[in-house]
Formats: sequence, structure tokens, C-alpha cells
Amino acid sequence: MEHYMMNLTLKVWKQKNSTTKGSFETYPVKDISSEMSFLEMFDVLNEQLIRDGKDPIAFDHDCREGICGMCSMYINGRAHGPWTKNTTCQLHMRAFKDGDTIVVEPWRASAFPVIKDLMVDRTAFDRIIQAGGYISVNTGNAVDANAIPIDKKDADDAFMAAACIGCGACVATCKNSSAMLFVSAKVSQLALLPQGEPERESRVLNMVAQMDKEGFGNCTNTYACEAECPKGISVSNIARMNREYLKAGLSTED
Amino acid sequence: MTWKHFFTSSIGKKFVMGLTGLFLISFLVVHCTINSMIFFNDGGDMFNTWAHFMSHNYIVRVLEIGLFAGLIVHIIQGLVLVKQNNDARPVKYSMNDVSANSKWYSRSMGLLGTLLLLFLVLHISKFFVNTKIALYSGDEPHNTFEEMKEYFQQLWVVIAYIAGVISLFWHLLHGFSSAFQTMGINHKRYTPIIKAAGTAFSVIVCVLFALMPLLST
Repeated sequence: MEHYMMNLTLKVWKQKNSTTKGSFETYPVKDISSEMSFLEMFDVLNEQLIRDGKDPIAFDHDCREGICGMCSMYINGRAHGPWTKNTTCQLHMRAFKDGDTIVVEPWRASAFPVIKDLMVDRTAFDRIIQAGGYISVNTGNAVDANAIPIDKKDADDAFMAAACIGCGACVATCKNSSAMLFVSAKVSQLALLPQGEPERESRVLNMVAQMDKEGFGNCTNTYACEAECPKGISVSNIARMNREYLKAGLSTED
Repeated sequence: MTWKHFFTSSIGKKFVMGLTGLFLISFLVVHCTINSMIFFNDGGDMFNTWAHFMSHNYIVRVLEIGLFAGLIVHIIQGLVLVKQNNDARPVKYSMNDVSANSKWYSRSMGLLGTLLLLFLVLHISKFFVNTKIALYSGDEPHNTFEEMKEYFQQLWVVIAYIAGVISLFWHLLHGFSSAFQTMGINHKRYTPIIKAAGTAFSVIVCVLFALMPLLST
């Protein structure tokens, strides 16, 4: 890959806090290397803004290696930018060319209120996990990892579902701001394994109830979530959650 | 889980949409089968026989109530969902490249459904209402075939019908396979078959419907 330098125009959403109205600010950025990551480009811009005595742009980030799910940016109309199966931190500037204008917005959903600029509050996801995204285990000595036999296919499917990093790109992308892909991945990874069996029914009922309470929209099967998910979580998980929900609804009596 | 809990949950609501959708799809099979009776080329005799059966048979008349109930539930639930889904994103994106991740018709079910509803108002107020008037006023036998031929002499009616059928096509193209996903059926082997069946169904049903005004003019 050939290395090149570029000058860009950034249109970034600036918003003081969740109660104020935000607006776009335009920033010119110079001498950006094609080998920088998208967040490194923001670091360069922020250092410049700090030197100039201006307010730097607030954005979320932690691991910068595509596994923590913190970096949430809607770049040129796509969650995590133009590359597929990719997080914002793993998006590199070679995706752009000299002279480009890049529009960056925060995730937009009533369940994800903006904290500041590009940072959104995703604790709604935490509350959904608290509602049922766990298993009960006995304390004491750690059990041997392979003590319980698990079907290879189930183990693979559970692993694929567990790849979800909870970044919220599914909600951000969905035209209805539905959280079905996230919740279904979390329900699936535990429903597929014997360790998840004791809470299997209460889990899906409680997690869906919490999801609805948080004000996420309803799934209409556009599958935009699957297309934009950085971890390639499949919508077959949503079908599985629908099955789990119907089954649990039929068998619980309270 | 209580009934109220189920029907107000997001999955319950989409289940109602899928189930009523499949029910309405089953009606389309009956409707376009009877429409196909015009292909007997017998001056509409076979077509009128079946039209007469549909308006006079007591079982059909009871089922008719169920059909309208299903349609009304599908419409009301759809409107509720559109409202809730709009509210879930109060601030819209200023730039949103939606075509990069989904099909336009899958995102436009509300709009397509509204167009279909407008078409249905036109369609029902003509054919359904007229057969009912004939039935209760004793103005029999009612010649639905001739009535149809006459109605489709008007160009605007033909255009409205073709527009209605096109809306139905895109609505079905997403709705058919979507209903199965909602019921929890998503399988490596079966889903491609369901998708193909949905596409074939949408094409066949809509071509048959479109032939009614086209052959009558």
C-alpha cells in the first residue's frame, strides 16, 4: 500500500451535553498520513485545537484494536465508516483521499443520549445485560473447562454470537434504532450452552422486557444491522431470540 | 407471561405483524386463483360463477369478517410500530448512506402499506361494495365480469390499479420472507427456499393481478 499525505475537511457534530442542542462544526486538518487510524487523525486535530485554545472534540475510545466497542462514530453516513466488519479505531485514513470532506456524527437513538460531541451513553446495554445476560455458577474450585460435553456446532454458534462487542452500531444503523441484534447475540451465546440452561427462559423474557423499557425501536428485518456489524453478528441470532421468546412465553405460567 | 405483556412487547408486536401478514398472503392465493378464471375465455362465465360463490357462500362470508379483522389489526399494529420506531430516533442523521446496508423496499414497508391501503379503499369501494349491494337488493345475477371490463375502460383506474399492484409487489417481496424470520425460522437450508418462494409468489400474484386491468382494456 502506497503511503501518502492528505488534507481534509472535517464536519463534526459538537454538542455540549445531553440537554443542549448540537450542531456541526467544520475543521480543516492538514498533513494526515494514510497510515494513521481514524482516531489518530482525531488526536492530531484535538492537539491542534488545544494548542489554539479551542474546545477539543470529545469521542469515546479505549483499546484501539477493535475489541472494546467504545469507538462509536457515524462516518459519512455509515456506522464505523466505509469499511465493513470494522470498528472506527481500525478504520485507516487510506480509506480517504486528499481533499475529502468527512462528516462525523454520534450514534443517534433516544436510548443512546449524547453525553458530549461524539460520545453517547450506552448504559442501556448494561441494564439489558443486568436483566438476564448472566449465568449462575457454584463457588469453589474452578471446574475443568471440558467437563461438560458441548456439540461442536453449538459451541461454534455460541462463539460467533459471543463475538459481539456491544458497540451499538446495530442500533445506530437500524432505521428503527432497534437493539435486537445486540440482545439476540447475548441471548444466543448463553442459550446455546448448557451453562445457560437454568436461566434460559427468564433470561430472554427479562432482557427483551428491559430492551423495550429502554426505548429502542422495533425490528423490521431490514438486516442493516448485520451488514454494518463490525463483528459480523448474524441476524439468525434474532430468529433464535424470537424462537426463545415464543417458547419461554408458552411455558412460563407467571 | 400475560397476554398483555406478550402483545405489547417488541417481539409480540412483530409476531402479530408476521402472522396477520401471512394470513393476508393466504387470502391473496384465493383472490388471484379466482381472478385467473378469466383465462377460460368463456365470456366471464366461470369467473362470475366463482364471484357468485364468494359473495353467497356462508362459510366465505364468515371468513370475510376474519379477513377484515386481520387487515385492520395489520394496519393498526403497523401504524403503532411506525410511530414507536420514529420516536426511537428523535434527532435524525444529517448524512445516512442507507443504500449501503439495506434494500429500499425493506425500509419502506410503511409507505408501501399506505399506498396499498389507498388502493384498497378504491378497490373495495367498487367491487366489494357493488357485490354487497347486489346481494342485499336482490339484483341478481350480478355480472362482476362485465362490471370489471367496464370499470377498466377508464385510464385513471387502470393506472391506479397498476400502481396498487406495484406497491403490493414490493410490500410482498420484503413481507413474505420477513414473516418467517419473525416466526423464528432462519436456517441455512430453508431460508434460501423461503426467499425464492417469496420472490416467485410476489411476481406471480402481481402479474396475475396486473393482467386484470391490462386484458380488460
